Amino acid sequence: MTVPLLLAAIALPSASGLAAVALRRRPAAGQGLACLLVCAGAACGLAAAGAALQGGEIAAPRLSLRLDGLGAVFLAPISLLAAAGSVYGLGYHRQAALGARAIRLQLYYGLAVGGMALLVAASNAIVFLVGWEVMALANFLLVLTDDERGEVQRAAFLYLASTHVGTLALFALFALLGQAAGSFDFAAWQGLSAAGALGARGFVLALLGFGMKAGLVPVHFWLPPAHAAAPSHVSALMSGVVVKTGVYGLLRVTGLLDGVPASWGIALLALGGISAVLGVAFALAQHDLKRLLAYHTVENVGIITLGAGLALLGRARGEPALVLLGFSGAALHVVNHALFKGLLFLGAGAVQHATGTRELDHLGGLARPMRGTALLFVVGAAAIAGLPPLNGFVSEWLVTLGFLRGLGRPAGDVLAFLALGAPVLAFVGGLAAACFAKVVGVAFLGNPRTGPAREAHEAPPSMLAPMAVLAAACAAIGLAPSLAIAPLGGAAAAWARLDPGALAEAAAEASSGAARVSLVAAGLLAAVALAVLLRRRLLAAAPRAPATETWGCGFSAPSARIQYTGSSFAALLVARFSWAIFPRGPTPHLAGPFPGPAELRTEVPDTVLDLGLLPAARAYGWLATRARLLYLRRIQFQMLLVLVTLVAFLAWGFVW
Amino acid sequence: MSSPLLLRTLFHLAVLALVPPLLLGIVNRTKSIVGGRVGPPLLQPYRDLAKLLRKGAVYSRTTTWVFRAGPVVGLAAVATAGLLLAMGGAPAAISFTGDFVLFAYLLGLARFFTALAALDTGSPFEGMGAAREVTFASLAEPALFLCLLVLARATGTLSLSGMLGPSLPGAWTVAAPALLLAAIALFVIALAENARIPVDDPNTHLELTMIHEVMVLDHGGPDLAFILYGASLKLFLFGAILSRLALGGTGSEVAAELLFLLGLALFAIAVGAVESVMARFRMIRVPQLLVGASILSAFALVLLLR
Amino acid sequence: MSSLVELAFILVVVIDLFLLASSRLGAAIRTVAIQGALLATLPLLLLTDAHDLGHALVLALGALAVKGIVVPRMMFSAIREASIRREMEPIVGFVPSMVLGAIGVALAFAFSSRLPLPRGEMHPFLVPTALSTVWAGLLLVVSRKKAVNQVLGFLVLENGVFVFGLLLSDFMPLMVEAGVLLDLFAAVFVMGIVMFHINREFSSLDTEKLSALRD
Repeated sequence: MTVPLLLAAIALPSASGLAAVALRRRPAAGQGLACLLVCAGAACGLAAAGAALQGGEIAAPRLSLRLDGLGAVFLAPISLLAAAGSVYGLGYHRQAALGARAIRLQLYYGLAVGGMALLVAASNAIVFLVGWEVMALANFLLVLTDDERGEVQRAAFLYLASTHVGTLALFALFALLGQAAGSFDFAAWQGLSAAGALGARGFVLALLGFGMKAGLVPVHFWLPPAHAAAPSHVSALMSGVVVKTGVYGLLRVTGLLDGVPASWGIALLALGGISAVLGVAFALAQHDLKRLLAYHTVENVGIITLGAGLALLGRARGEPALVLLGFSGAALHVVNHALFKGLLFLGAGAVQHATGTRELDHLGGLARPMRGTALLFVVGAAAIAGLPPLNGFVSEWLVTLGFLRGLGRPAGDVLAFLALGAPVLAFVGGLAAACFAKVVGVAFLGNPRTGPAREAHEAPPSMLAPMAVLAAACAAIGLAPSLAIAPLGGAAAAWARLDPGALAEAAAEASSGAARVSLVAAGLLAAVALAVLLRRRLLAAAPRAPATETWGCGFSAPSARIQYTGSSFAALLVARFSWAIFPRGPTPHLAGPFPGPAELRTEVPDTVLDLGLLPAARAYGWLATRARLLYLRRIQFQMLLVLVTLVAFLAWGFVW
Repeated sequence: MSSPLLLRTLFHLAVLALVPPLLLGIVNRTKSIVGGRVGPPLLQPYRDLAKLLRKGAVYSRTTTWVFRAGPVVGLAAVATAGLLLAMGGAPAAISFTGDFVLFAYLLGLARFFTALAALDTGSPFEGMGAAREVTFASLAEPALFLCLLVLARATGTLSLSGMLGPSLPGAWTVAAPALLLAAIALFVIALAENARIPVDDPNTHLELTMIHEVMVLDHGGPDLAFILYGASLKLFLFGAILSRLALGGTGSEVAAELLFLLGLALFAIAVGAVESVMARFRMIRVPQLLVGASILSAFALVLLLR
Repeated sequence: MSSLVELAFILVVVIDLFLLASSRLGAAIRTVAIQGALLATLPLLLLTDAHDLGHALVLALGALAVKGIVVPRMMFSAIREASIRREMEPIVGFVPSMVLGAIGVALAFAFSSRLPLPRGEMHPFLVPTALSTVWAGLLLVVSRKKAVNQVLGFLVLENGVFVFGLLLSDFMPLMVEAGVLLDLFAAVFVMGIVMFHINREFSSLDTEKLSALRD
């Protein structure tokens, strides 16, 4: 019963694009049918994931498919987000309006979702790579949807180049492991030793390949341009689940190997910490809404990697509690991030749909015309900042508990110093809250700053409904965390190949804590309700006054232009990070006691890309051009090159 | 829960609900006495709250539901955080492993919605206050975590009820220097989070010098009452932690409770004294102060971890 | 007794971190004087039966006189001469230098037990405190622009070396202390002359002006 569910979860979305192609004379019906197919596939996927988390694994050995707990954790958000995006596309990217472009988008969307579902259920490296490449190519074509814009072309090319570097690393990794084990089945790789040269090389290749896809600093640079250039529901899919396949790969490969050294866990902790801090710092400096959200994806992938690092460290040091807390935190954050990042990107799409711009400093006051979008966006913002009673808090709490495990160690143990990681997580959370206060405040609150913001309209129900579903899921996990944490214990045990009994004590402690979190969350909601009622009673009894202008200390001629901009809001914090973030822009020229109008524009280049890789590439290009000219100028140089190569080969032959 | 414990918890909840404005009164009275004046009566904040609750509120046309939600969520979040706090050596109403994380994030929730309500007015003053508040809060959060981690390591537990519970007085004999450093850092953080001098001046309304005051400029009536009461609750929460940390208290339960209340009063007097003798730091120096507090508590933690 | 010693060491480290953060020269000089006075009490506090009381007393009084009284007085007269009171933003900002200092302190306290040093019956906080103080002194010398601050950094460095010297005073008693104090005195003397000349040339003690010298 469950194997057909899994197959449907892979096949139905892949085929959904064909429905749009087949019914291209009747676009509305075509798009509706495609959406239906994706939703049907998503429902099968959710059911299969639920079955795999509850009972055991779903296996179809002849098709090289196997969905275990780890895969199910990733399949669930893939399915949900795919369905949400597809429904959203009914209003946002209508086939009736956009014709062939929308048909292509649906085709590639379906293929991307199918590819992802295939790769999390693969039990063989070849099938994994097939799914991986299908997903990567489909994503490239999805980013290229609005291909008449130069920005989109550049972003898509950057995406293609980066994903193929990563895939190359993966080819090397799988070749290495396949040669060591003699077969490409994951089952054969189980028990390979992680010590020695195989382990070291494999880990570096895995970090490069999977880290590139996941977006860990410093190989994150393709993420912001690509996620900003794609249509919003595609960005939601990409940020929400495509980058998570990198995390899945990392967890899968490190889970299969035995004897994982502690240095791997520490490496992941370091990379995760750097990604989290730098990701949120870069996000603070952005003023393009979708680029900002993309940098937050880097931050959250950093948090997930912190959890994965804790789990690896726990395996290396024989600490089952650390394994449980790290794995559950990471896995739950995968799901949570997919939910709230999807919600935020869909909201950003609604904003772009209503105003035609992504520029934060051109928006403002959108909460009045777009009530529903604003409410849902605030829920998403509170969730990503990790505020109770929503889901972001629960996963961050679990990862923090993992760090705090170190506090119980005796003095002088290196694990004890893990506790210094918890304040880093708190710092990242504080910065994320600051950034989203900026986003919500500048985009939705206050007065509209430009004409398009004044003429905004609410998004259609087909766009609001998926956002509401995602927000409800965020709230549900936040209010009832024990339901989400319980199945993760079994997945953790299966991943680490430990006896579930060893994890039972830590799991029980986490569960009881989660139950108390629910209690406090319920108490918070009750307190809010009480306060609202009290305020209503008091205001009803008090004298009334008409609405008026904002007082703001008595400034008598306010306009929309005097409000704080996003850059001003974040200026103090971005200045703290002046060692990593280098804003550029022309300085305005103000002369005389009554200067004329001037313009200030700042732009924050991605440090790794614009200040590192691109100049290096340009320098290399310059060098290569010079060398080539030198080479072509005289025949003697060409002969010299042949001679030198010959001598080199002979010498190598001698030495080897 | 056994009935003496239940009684104690109810007593603590009553203290949580009724005592916070008294702390504000003590602070103001201390400042007046040091300044050579008689000053307002100790119960003045209660009268202020009652007056505000009777008034109506004027709302700006620019504001939306977020402005009305800010004070409400702020008060509810801080009050819920009070449920997690262990007072007087007894366990808190709700406690579990890692509850201090929830405590810190509930305070963060209150701050988030206050900042949003400030930005909702569309005035640059409130925007400025919100920007400064979230900046300094993001620097104060890790410092608070580090202080609580010192307590956790010293007492060997991971929940506030354990950290502020019966094992704390014993921990002083083993880890005195670290706990002292953590207490100093915690006092600095309390001053920063509650918008007291040297971080912010609660009596000023000049653009150069406001952080918290400016965020609530446009609120009036019951909203302002909620904000004022919420601010006093937050001061109480920090005072409660410091009181228990500094004064400890073994012996009978009644003695522990009295010592706790005395500690709260001493905390309020200390805040008032600091406000009277120091000037506000320049805005550039505040991050240095907060990073300094983090480093002090991180050093205390390293002392315990080595 | 051992808790007093522990408190003294911790205070020394806290003073190091405070110096990295402070911008007011008067407060910094006073703080270095307090650190010197604290360190002067250490030979007496670390006294065990193996040492003789007289030797430790001479050392303590000497250190107190030099570090706590004479040198600060010289520094105060130097800044009065040049009439400077504050350090503006140094090469490495205040917050980054605090963070770097804190990282150094944390590493010193975490890993000093693995260093191959003769410990004997000395206090376990001695080596980490010495390392932290040396690190803080180096940071001050490297990152501050005003010459007075650099001299202060050098003084802190010497304080750190003095703490190290306490470790070895079992084996080479009088030589080490005399050498340290003489070294200190000479350095301050030379620095004083240098500062006098810089000030006379530029009417300022900003060492950045030195790079304006051209041929």
